[in-house]
Amino acid sequence: MTLTKTDEDVAAIAKRWKNKRGSLIMALHGLQDRYGYVPREAAMSLGEQMDVPLARIYEVLTFYNYFRLKSPGKKVVSVCMGTACYLKGAPKLLDQASEELGIRPGETTADGEFHLQVVRCVGCCGLAPVVTVNEKLLAKVTGESLEPHLLQPGATEDGKA
Amino acid sequence: MTDMIQATINGLPVEVAPGVTILDAARQVSVHIPTLCKHPDLDATAACGMCIVRVAGSSKMLRACCTPVEQEMEITTEDPEIIQVRRTVIEMILSKHPNECLTCGRNQNCELQTLAADFGLREICLDSVVPDLPLDATTKAIVLDPRKCITCGRCIQVCQQIQNVWALSFLQRGFDTRIAAAGDINLADSPCVRCGQCSAHCPTGAIVEYDNTQEVWDNLLDPDVYCVAQLAPAVRVAIGEAFGFPIGTNLTGKTYAALRRMGFDAVFDTNFGADLTIMEEAHEFVKRFTTEGSVLPLITTCCPSWVDFMEKFHDDMIPHFSSCKSPQAMVGALAKTYYAEKMGLDPAKVYVVSVMPCTAKKFEIIRSKEMASSGFWDVDVSLTTRELARMIKQSGINFPAVKEEQPDHLLGAYTGAGTIFGTTGGVMEAALRTSYFLLTGENPARVEFQKTRGLDGVKEGSTVIAGHEIRFAVAHGLGNVETVLRRVREARDAGTEPPYHFIEVMACPGGCVGGGGQPYGVTDKLRAKRAAGLYQDDQAGLWRCAHENPYVQKLYEDFLGEPLGEKSEQLLHTSYHSRPEYRR
Repeated sequence: MTLTKTDEDVAAIAKRWKNKRGSLIMALHGLQDRYGYVPREAAMSLGEQMDVPLARIYEVLTFYNYFRLKSPGKKVVSVCMGTACYLKGAPKLLDQASEELGIRPGETTADGEFHLQVVRCVGCCGLAPVVTVNEKLLAKVTGESLEPHLLQPGATEDGKA
Repeated sequence: MTDMIQATINGLPVEVAPGVTILDAARQVSVHIPTLCKHPDLDATAACGMCIVRVAGSSKMLRACCTPVEQEMEITTEDPEIIQVRRTVIEMILSKHPNECLTCGRNQNCELQTLAADFGLREICLDSVVPDLPLDATTKAIVLDPRKCITCGRCIQVCQQIQNVWALSFLQRGFDTRIAAAGDINLADSPCVRCGQCSAHCPTGAIVEYDNTQEVWDNLLDPDVYCVAQLAPAVRVAIGEAFGFPIGTNLTGKTYAALRRMGFDAVFDTNFGADLTIMEEAHEFVKRFTTEGSVLPLITTCCPSWVDFMEKFHDDMIPHFSSCKSPQAMVGALAKTYYAEKMGLDPAKVYVVSVMPCTAKKFEIIRSKEMASSGFWDVDVSLTTRELARMIKQSGINFPAVKEEQPDHLLGAYTGAGTIFGTTGGVMEAALRTSYFLLTGENPARVEFQKTRGLDGVKEGSTVIAGHEIRFAVAHGLGNVETVLRRVREARDAGTEPPYHFIEVMACPGGCVGGGGQPYGVTDKLRAKRAAGLYQDDQAGLWRCAHENPYVQKLYEDFLGEPLGEKSEQLLHTSYHSRPEYRR
């Protein structure tokens, strides 16, 4: 068998967890940490190297919300729905993001630019409502201040490129 | 000896061995507890919640399928509250189930429909929330309709535990749980080997055979098409179940007659093909057995799911595989060559329909270019036993009253060796009979080889022919095959004598009598009865060894030449290819 790049990436993870009972979830965490999601080829390679059927891997991957099966996109927009943010209007921000990006929470835009998700408390309730875009934290967000972060790269605010 | 457990069920005393569940104990005293998920072949999973019962002293209701009877237990299986809970369970299932019974493949054969009828449901109090999930017919052998799935998990247990194929799994959880091919892809791209055991165990219409009946009717209607049928060994002892015959009744003659009544111009028997397969395969075996340095063990290849399984997961075994086509494929090839020639027919106008106990045969007929050895697809369409039963019913034929007929002998006469192909161990037994003849020049004094018979998952034995010991193994249920293959590999890697000379494999538990295309409700008891029907057919026959078949002899004289000869190789043999892209 010729080894692909994926096989080599996966080998270290598989080696660490193989033969340890109940370690499939940890190995899958390893894949998600490596790729930002669990690519199908990586799951297949892991299955082969750990001797776990692909069917079992997908049972686990789809059982837990944490695992992503698709690349999360270049910009991950996380809307905090913790109590403070929720009371300060987070649901409206989520609706706005969902509508403007044309995806539901947990989904990625077709062009792979945006991924929208809900998180529970990012630990700065004093700044509520909070939205993060990748590593960047937006504080006391309003519909207006969120708007520019939901635009396609290169687009201006009136929607023209 | 362990102490037996005494208990009562609805006041009836019952005595069972330790570990026996309430569900099984109730059956023992003819108390019926409804269940949708528990199947006699499978472990209890407590998925459906129908089998709840009450035990004195316990405040909660218990699931009978997975609760062992305990000493002095007082069990109640029916009271108004239990019935109310069960009714709620059915209503919850039905609220997620499409209301399509009239056009469903399981109409009048569905465990959920039967239960709903038994409960006399007239309305569902819950809102309908049928999931919007696509149908998967990509295998053209079985059809998966996840909307009709009640998440009982039977198909998954069969696919993963019994068959060790791992094509099916549950995805997601809770309310969103759904059945899907491994990794949420098309079944045709999954490890699925199309054995159809999922469909044979499904309580509803979520997994059924791919229906080819309409195209058969279309061809029967066309006056320019010469339609021929062939009937597989295991079909004759199972089709009667669709018409109220006792299980295992041999209905060969009636089925020939019904096929002619439906419009077939000629009716052949796959048993003839089985005799021919044995002629080729026994010669192949004896050649390898008597030639120094040949690859042994030889492994049988009549079963298309097994061939598929081996190509996907055990490709190192390809050199061990018999090159013989299956009986279905042999009859197809000869129908469009030998028979067409004898009868002066244009082979382009001959339409071959096979009736098989099997869903995978639908795939076998197009699995490689060698399946078109006549210059056309040798078999045009393959029907399951269930589809033929439906066609007979559609025709309005009074099947029990039909008078028995004979097949068209050129490709229809068969021996006892051919008929036992339909059960686990039958191919091995038939091959041993003819191998004996080839090695000694005479028939065995006793043609029955008992060690090949029965429902043990792996059967091993040996027999001495002309001073040589022949060691054989028979495996059925794909999970059992791997045990046998492991032994072969261990010997190969150690460089020692192979543990066997000859291996028979059938993918379905019980062999073809328990095939994925057979009438529903299969259990070991039923498999044994169907097999008994075939062994009786063998015993009652005029000839019991494949090489005695006068029409097979005639075929070699008039057309093929000799076993393993040039023409035989061209029409009756095939090859195998590694397909590692389907990873389990």
